[in-house]
Amino acid sequence: MNARVAAQNGIEVEGLVREYRKGPRAVDGIDLAVAPGEIYGFLGPNGAGKSTTVHVLTTLLPPTAGTARVGGFDVVKEGAKVRTLIGVALQEAALDPLLTGRDHLRLQATLQNVPKTDRATRAEELLHRVGLADAADRKVAGYSGGMKRRLDLALALVHSPKILFLDEPTTGLDPQSRTALWEEVALLRREAGVTVFLTTQYLEEADVLADRVGIIDQGRIVAEGTPASLKAEIGRPSLHAIPRREEDRPQIAAFLARFGDPLESTRDVAIRLRDGLGLTDIVRAVDADGVEVADLELRAPTLDDVFLAKTGRTLEGATEEAAAEQGPARR
Amino acid sequence: MSAVPQVGAIARRSVVRTARQPASAIPPLIFPIALMAVNAGGLRSSTHLPGFPTDSFLAFALAVPFIQGALFSTMNAGTDIARDIQTGFVNRLSLTALREWALLVGQLSGVIALGIVQAIFYVSVGLVVGVHFASGAAGILVLLFYAALVSLAFGALGAFLAYRLGSGEAIQAMFPVLFVFLFISSMNAPRNLIGVDWFRRAATLNPVSYMIECVRSLIIVGWDPEALILGFGFVAAIGVVSIVLASRSLRLRMTRT
Repeated sequence: MNARVAAQNGIEVEGLVREYRKGPRAVDGIDLAVAPGEIYGFLGPNGAGKSTTVHVLTTLLPPTAGTARVGGFDVVKEGAKVRTLIGVALQEAALDPLLTGRDHLRLQATLQNVPKTDRATRAEELLHRVGLADAADRKVAGYSGGMKRRLDLALALVHSPKILFLDEPTTGLDPQSRTALWEEVALLRREAGVTVFLTTQYLEEADVLADRVGIIDQGRIVAEGTPASLKAEIGRPSLHAIPRREEDRPQIAAFLARFGDPLESTRDVAIRLRDGLGLTDIVRAVDADGVEVADLELRAPTLDDVFLAKTGRTLEGATEEAAAEQGPARR
Repeated sequence: MSAVPQVGAIARRSVVRTARQPASAIPPLIFPIALMAVNAGGLRSSTHLPGFPTDSFLAFALAVPFIQGALFSTMNAGTDIARDIQTGFVNRLSLTALREWALLVGQLSGVIALGIVQAIFYVSVGLVVGVHFASGAAGILVLLFYAALVSLAFGALGAFLAYRLGSGEAIQAMFPVLFVFLFISSMNAPRNLIGVDWFRRAATLNPVSYMIECVRSLIIVGWDPEALILGFGFVAAIGVVSIVLASRSLRLRMTRT
């Protein structure tokens, strides 16, 4: 990315490292560039380093090494300038349960130096935008998880930022709230040209929303590109067979191994198909060999397949591993 | 851009929070008055001791709620700040254009506003039960000003503990420690009439004694320069030290580049 473009509202990161005093290297030398107006999805399991990266890029944590420029400003030397350009919704919504939605917006507008004459109008506009106008004067303690997330997004937008950081914005939300938030983010980019840096552990979210995806694991970016190009790298589809009887599983696995590399799966028996093979070839072989399966399904590559190919683990498995390994919160 | 609106917004939040949780707003008003009533009932006869400065124990004891109420507010303010740290609200504030000093001043302004409301309540209770303020209306104004200073000093101490410890539970654990200072003071008897030697010496070394005596002098003596100088002096010293410590801890807590 050239410097002029980065100076508008892009993000540039080079060799970024963040080590915790008594912990691991949470971010281990990442390089990335986000173009102005782009939605960049930062995908990875829990503990991969996504939130730490966001904390560094939003000036909440200094990096141990490397450089990062947000909107053309260095996050270490020009933190205050960076903060004027960015809107941030961190993983924990951090709202005051005793304040109303409107109280929050007015407080945030004042702290972000929005002119006094514009504060009430801006608050009203954002409350309507995120669908909280009817709940504006209710205490946040009575809000649902989805409402809190929407208010958090509104707070991040109060000073019309050019760059928006969203750290796992839909974690814990119901599908309807998740879709509503996706639409809002897409609209922001479309109408206001806002650059969005979005972390997520949901494949679908990255797939639907992001122009480009960076996949992070154990502090390193293991793959980067558009969702389509990343999936195209994998190329071959996977085949999933559901055994009619559980005891047939080993036999079916051995049978399918003739057609591709086995994949880790607890729900079914799966392989990555070898080049040139299709579902019809497998069906014919199943009939010919008299193998009993309840169902056969061919699936196009997903970002989870990309994660598996790059790390040897599924995203879900990595998240469970991270949860098991994770000790007390660190800082 | 001026930081005054930011200070105002933070102070307003502090007041609104307290007003919306009666469970934390009412105890600082009621408990000190209730304790004063109990003490006045049980210790009324001590006014017959030779050298006791007044024949109304209520007038003598009315000084205590001002200090005790400020201690309650300190704990509430500290716990609120610690909760902001624990929930990540401080991170939210760190990501705005808010200046560190504006946050501290805003939070302390809220504590002072509540301290003045409490002091007005205690003065009103005193007037209702027939306490005569020897220093008159001007003395009541000085008393309210002093209550504001005490709230500022103790509020800054609460803020320091909150920024330093970052945990509401830790702040609550400090409460009994601060209360020990209140009880080992001249809250229930003039220092010269305390018979137990070690207690009298501890009360003499305890700055809280001088704060109580400052308020008490305005109620039962009138204008006592020595009591006023000592009272204002100690509260100013505690305030300056607490504000410096709170500012330093806040800078460390609001980690931003």
